[in-house]
Amino acid sequence: MSITIALAGNPNCGKTTLFNDITGSKQHVGNWPGVTVDKKEGIYRKNRQVTILDLPGTYSLSPYSAEEIIARDYIVKEKPDAVINIVDGTSIERNLYLTLQIIETRIPLVIAVNMMDEVEAKGDVINCNKLSEIFGVPVIPIVARSGKGIKELMDAAIEIANAKKKPNYLDIFDDNISGAVERIAETLEDPKEEDRIWKAIKLVEGDSIVTDSLPENKKAFVAEMIKTAEKSADGDTEAKIADLRYKYITNTVKKAVKKGALDHAETKSDKLDRILTNRILAIPIFAAVMYLLFSFTFSENFLMIEGLPSPGIWLAGLVEAGWGTLTGWVESALVSLGASDWAFSLVIDGIMEGIGAVAGFLPLVLVMFLMLSFLEDSGYMARVAFVMDRLFRHLGLSGKSFIPLLMGFGCSVPALMASRTLDSDKDRRITMMITPFMSCGAKLPIYAMFAATLFADSNKTLIVFSIYMLGLVVAILSALILSKFVIKGETSSFIMELPQYRIPTGKSILIHGWEKVKGFAIKAGTIIFASTVLIWFLSSFNFNGMTDMENSFLAYIGNSFKVIFAPLGFADWRASVGVVTGWIAKENIVATFGQLFANIEDEAVLEAVMAGEEALPAIKDVFTTVTAFSYMAFNLLCMPCFAAVGAIKREMGSWKWTLRAVGFQMLVAYIVALLINVIGNLIF
Amino acid sequence: MTLKELEVGQVGTVVSIGEKGPIRRRIMDMGVTPGTKIKVVKVAPLGDPIEVNIRGYELSLRKDEANQIIIQS
Repeated sequence: MSITIALAGNPNCGKTTLFNDITGSKQHVGNWPGVTVDKKEGIYRKNRQVTILDLPGTYSLSPYSAEEIIARDYIVKEKPDAVINIVDGTSIERNLYLTLQIIETRIPLVIAVNMMDEVEAKGDVINCNKLSEIFGVPVIPIVARSGKGIKELMDAAIEIANAKKKPNYLDIFDDNISGAVERIAETLEDPKEEDRIWKAIKLVEGDSIVTDSLPENKKAFVAEMIKTAEKSADGDTEAKIADLRYKYITNTVKKAVKKGALDHAETKSDKLDRILTNRILAIPIFAAVMYLLFSFTFSENFLMIEGLPSPGIWLAGLVEAGWGTLTGWVESALVSLGASDWAFSLVIDGIMEGIGAVAGFLPLVLVMFLMLSFLEDSGYMARVAFVMDRLFRHLGLSGKSFIPLLMGFGCSVPALMASRTLDSDKDRRITMMITPFMSCGAKLPIYAMFAATLFADSNKTLIVFSIYMLGLVVAILSALILSKFVIKGETSSFIMELPQYRIPTGKSILIHGWEKVKGFAIKAGTIIFASTVLIWFLSSFNFNGMTDMENSFLAYIGNSFKVIFAPLGFADWRASVGVVTGWIAKENIVATFGQLFANIEDEAVLEAVMAGEEALPAIKDVFTTVTAFSYMAFNLLCMPCFAAVGAIKREMGSWKWTLRAVGFQMLVAYIVALLINVIGNLIF
Repeated sequence: MTLKELEVGQVGTVVSIGEKGPIRRRIMDMGVTPGTKIKVVKVAPLGDPIEVNIRGYELSLRKDEANQIIIQS
């Protein structure tokens, strides 16, 4: 018989490590409906009948974030055959708070006390038999990192699931609250007794979701019952219940846990934290870690060594070279088969180019996520938020937003995917909307081309610098506006655990990196591929069949849309076509300009233009210094490349939000370019 | 006095927590309940938030939030 077992526990309790242990490589990552929270499922590697579901980490069954609502709804409504509650033995009191609430649901439960090695090292003794006796559920000591105790845990969980054995009914509350719970439970209509009691507890607690789901005719009665219960709780049953639960835990811990002599001794983690979040050293260390994160992924001169590529760039180069060779083979095969012009172009310029566009990003995504999951699993990420919170709070963002924004200067694709590390949907959405405003590496050739052609030598650096600053300023203003007026979210707070530092296991880092690469390739890849092929079609065809870009559908579209750009200062069809080809990859704008303005087909000449070594005098006919700046600003801020849009779609998890983000970026680009053109022409 | 006024290294006992609402709920869920000992471990380099030790683990919260927690030193 197949059974489902859900893993529940606090964040940082080792839940994911345990999940990886239990399932090995047999896991599948999806999305919970409607939210951007990973839904991880897997099969127990020793018994294919057992499905394991990794619930999002949660501190309580009173919902506070999207993750916590999912975890609670799953336990209460979907009802897995059993729940394994992972408890971090090193902070057992706080962890048992969730345990008590899971026991209140009376779902078949097994408790896994994790980090037993660290507990022993501290000199503490946890009496699992005693805990088991009190709660009426099996309590198994484990060390998830080394796999110790996992077999016993799974055996116990399968047995409990098959026997459908419920935990003990715990006597946590005082008479007034218990009385109110009982009376309310009697009037509820859920078929199962345990559901009625659980709901009644939540009602007395004042849980808004459960209260709202109550039928109108019951609300008055429930309110009256709560009022009665409140008399004994100084008018505040919510606080009283939390207090009573913790009192129960304190008593339980007294019976079952012997604190060692070393309890108050400074751990290695504490010592490390004294340095890493030290008043003076914290910021320099943070800057160094961020520098390493960035240069590891994007640097052409890694560790300041001229010409040494970073692991990310090196891998990307390998993939590109490999893809180039493969494309070469396909080309010669097509020629020898006598393929027609359009078939040749479809395969080489459409399909191969489209897949290549996806493949080229994979190494960057992989390398960045290997490092990000190291930061996350080691506990440093929480400190990033701790250190940066003050700066970002005023923008309505969390300190963790720093990472996606910084990575945005390299490439928006991994940067957007890094927004997954943010805790609230609001933070994630705003961060994703503004991350593409950070000028990525692919936009630099555009500035180089204009700088070499239109701006005097002395101004070049200033022009490029000012466009980077423009992106930054627009991002800050956008965040302010979005968080104040547009995207409403939960009240921002910073009540966060700072977990112990731990060396992450290589296995979980690799699994995490692999998941990200796979997710990007599949989810974002289809969008990137489809749009690349579409633009290829528009730029190589017209109604008479295949043609040059000058006569293509795209040129026609550029011509009809150029009026829109007139107020921005560049009403030229070639400029409009550049905007569109820039969506495949921003540096394409230079190639398009080279082709349309000067008929440059030679790769070497094009490279020189991209590097700013060669001017493109023909663009002077269309652009002045002011309109060139306006054009650069527009391309910096408007919709990012399709790869980035694909990443936004993957992370937003909805088309609605993806379109909102892109629409917002287009609007901002238009307004800023318009302002530049109008004000610039007044001044110069 | 409130938790915000407690100096780094000092220990206090929680008396009560501010006003009803999701933030108070979360603070209590994290183990900050009346009668619990709470120690200020450090202040973030930029002056806010703060880090406290409670029930054997490290919790960070903003000074605004700390200001809602009434303690007895």
